[in-house]
Amino acid sequence: MSALIVQHATRRVVLCGNPNTGKTTVFNALTGFRAHTGNYAGVTVERKSGPLRGSTSQHPVEIIDLPGAYSLAARSADEMVAVEVLLGFREDEPRPDLALIVVDASNLERNLFLATQVIESGVPCAIVLNMMDAAHANSIVIDQKLLSQRLGVPVFPAVASRGEGFDTIRQFLTDPNGAPPPPPVVVPFPAAFESAAESARKAILDAGARAEDTPPLLIRRALLESRGMAEELLAKRCGESARHALTTARVTLHDAGVKLPALEAHVRYDFIRNLLDGAAQRPQSRRETHSDRIDRILIHKVWGTAIFALLMLLVFQAIYSWSAPFMDMIDGTFGWLGGLIEASMPAGPLQSFLVNGVISGVGGVIVFLPQILFLFLFISLLEDCGYMARAAFLMDRLLNGCGLSGRSFIPMLSSFACAIPGIMATRTIEDRRDRFTTILIAPLMSCSARLPVYTLLIGAFIPSRRLFGVVNVQGLTLFAMYCVGFVVAIPVALILKKTFFRGATPALLLELPPYRRPSLKTVFWRLVDRAGAFLKRAGTIIFAVSVLIWAATYYPHPESIRSETEARFQTELSSAVNDDEKATIQDEVDKAVSGAYLRQSFLGRAGIAIEPFVEPLGWDWKIAIAALASFPAREVIVSTLGIIYDLGADTDEQSTDLRDKLRAATRENGQPVFTIPVALSIMVFFALCAQCAATLAVMRRETNSWRWPAFAFAYMTTLAYLGALLTFQVGTALMH
Amino acid sequence: MKLFPLKSNRTARDASQPSLCDLEPGESARIVAVTSGNGIEQRLAEMGLTSGENVEVVRIAPLGDPIEIRIRGYHLSLRRSEAGLVHVSK
Repeated sequence: MSALIVQHATRRVVLCGNPNTGKTTVFNALTGFRAHTGNYAGVTVERKSGPLRGSTSQHPVEIIDLPGAYSLAARSADEMVAVEVLLGFREDEPRPDLALIVVDASNLERNLFLATQVIESGVPCAIVLNMMDAAHANSIVIDQKLLSQRLGVPVFPAVASRGEGFDTIRQFLTDPNGAPPPPPVVVPFPAAFESAAESARKAILDAGARAEDTPPLLIRRALLESRGMAEELLAKRCGESARHALTTARVTLHDAGVKLPALEAHVRYDFIRNLLDGAAQRPQSRRETHSDRIDRILIHKVWGTAIFALLMLLVFQAIYSWSAPFMDMIDGTFGWLGGLIEASMPAGPLQSFLVNGVISGVGGVIVFLPQILFLFLFISLLEDCGYMARAAFLMDRLLNGCGLSGRSFIPMLSSFACAIPGIMATRTIEDRRDRFTTILIAPLMSCSARLPVYTLLIGAFIPSRRLFGVVNVQGLTLFAMYCVGFVVAIPVALILKKTFFRGATPALLLELPPYRRPSLKTVFWRLVDRAGAFLKRAGTIIFAVSVLIWAATYYPHPESIRSETEARFQTELSSAVNDDEKATIQDEVDKAVSGAYLRQSFLGRAGIAIEPFVEPLGWDWKIAIAALASFPAREVIVSTLGIIYDLGADTDEQSTDLRDKLRAATRENGQPVFTIPVALSIMVFFALCAQCAATLAVMRRETNSWRWPAFAFAYMTTLAYLGALLTFQVGTALMH
Repeated sequence: MKLFPLKSNRTARDASQPSLCDLEPGESARIVAVTSGNGIEQRLAEMGLTSGENVEVVRIAPLGDPIEIRIRGYHLSLRRSEAGLVHVSK
């Protein structure tokens, strides 16, 4: 028998609990940060799991972190996933062997609402009484033995942030004898309700439903929640007749005088009150906590607003300025690497592919990392310490006017630096419609990549005059460009909330948790997680697009173009007196060659082909090429203009050469190409257009569908075209 | 600073009973009833706002909305439009 290989089944433990209970810290303490993140099929709900640290191969244990919820009465996809997992209804997540319910010991009453619901699901349960330190600090005395006895499940006190109590929990989770079966009844509901639920179940079974599709828990939940997700789930699995059975049961209950929507909360909270009587003692008189004292300043009418503004300035400064040296360093490294390859390889398609396709593609992904890391450092710290909820509290009124909530503020602000971290930050928005609306308007905020475009054109065409002796016209133009996107975003948000994301304004029921010291370990691992997600999922798409665009600007690449261009410079080259002069002319030749190649490349031809469409915007074919080339990344316009005007690709927005060239550029009839209306028209186009492959890729990842990035691209390009058209036409009319 | 008319004022005025909106910061009251509207009463109840419970208005946000309350030993913030559904007796 010794040769027998025993296949040990993995024990699957789900973590559930309210938000702000330290669930993530418990998860990290149990798994030792070896988490694996993925997605539940068909929904944008993240699935996080990891093996229990210290579990052996004989008794493997997997910990699965379920989305935080206040109740099993599901209203969002996140909460529905939790219900489906507990019922064993998800094909990608079999029914768990144990539910570990994390509750905040300093806020037991409300936390036990969800806890008792989960115990009723029939999955074996245990409770982690987390934040025992906070409970002690608030003089709350808990008799955990009595609590465990009354609930019928094991109860473990813990302080997850310090790892206290986890030896016992780990021992319990690896115990091969398993958890005790759950008590059949926890919270007694009125007999009328139980019998109505039972007859509804019989009626649904009689109509032909399978017994496994009608667990009593689901029937009870569908009955308790008026028109909730549980009813939808039941109707999906048992047919529409199930709704009929529910309606009948509701009428019976109504006639019996049972008020349904409020029933559950009343029965459950009454039960919890009795349960806690004698098991958890609150101090007689409520003392002011340290959170109360902090809040007196942090959400004070004057100080609170001022501190908030300062904090946001700091966050913005970090994404905008602090990350700049790191981004330059990344840029520099990839530039150096490109130069190295250029020097060590013969020119040709392979060299160009490696330098302009692969290296600039990879560089174009990694260059966003500093901004993402800085933003998430702040978000994690603010979220973990409890300030994020206060920020939403302060800003809610402002954003409610646009149909959004206070939760959208930080993602929108971050998008002024870069839409990518901004869109990733929308995860803190619970309501799906609010979240998607925020994602779709985030790229309208003027990000840092638009700045080079503005700098170049403003420097070249906007007079450096002072208006009324104080306001610099150049500065004013820059400010106006930053406003364009923001101002346009308001009606866009309102329209989106009236069309695609129609529905009642979701209520803001925002818990203001006590302030806590953020766990640096948790913050660090969140940063690693976010950076990894960005590099893996968005990075591949950004890279692919970069290679495609490289091909469009490189091919076709006939050798004849080089020889023809060189022939034009032949007389100059031969008349050069010394090597210095020769090198200068050779440099000119190289720039002219790359300009000639770009003009006849696929992208260049496309630019010439669309000239009639951009004529009303005041653009010529050169601007059209530059705009097309900058669809993957808007800042590319500067180097593309550099190549088109034969200045080489190393041109930057401060280059006086490029400014002079632009000013001197003329049409065939001798008129200048660039006038103030043309410059403004280009800037407005860039302010409104979705010229960023990376943003679209992140949007795809965060919405789990190509539909929304496609929509964002279409609506923003349309807006950009119309905006540029209006600017040029009105501008030209005013100039005459 | 009334940029947008607040729907809640209307809701509050319609009812004879005072609502959470009528409490000053620092004032406590007992919840008498929660008006049903759009299923929101169930969410309020789940968060602990059930009749018979004591509730205290802690503060009002600088822009006038939302408000912060203390219920069942924790702090919750909600908009006036929802607070107007919660009727109280002082």
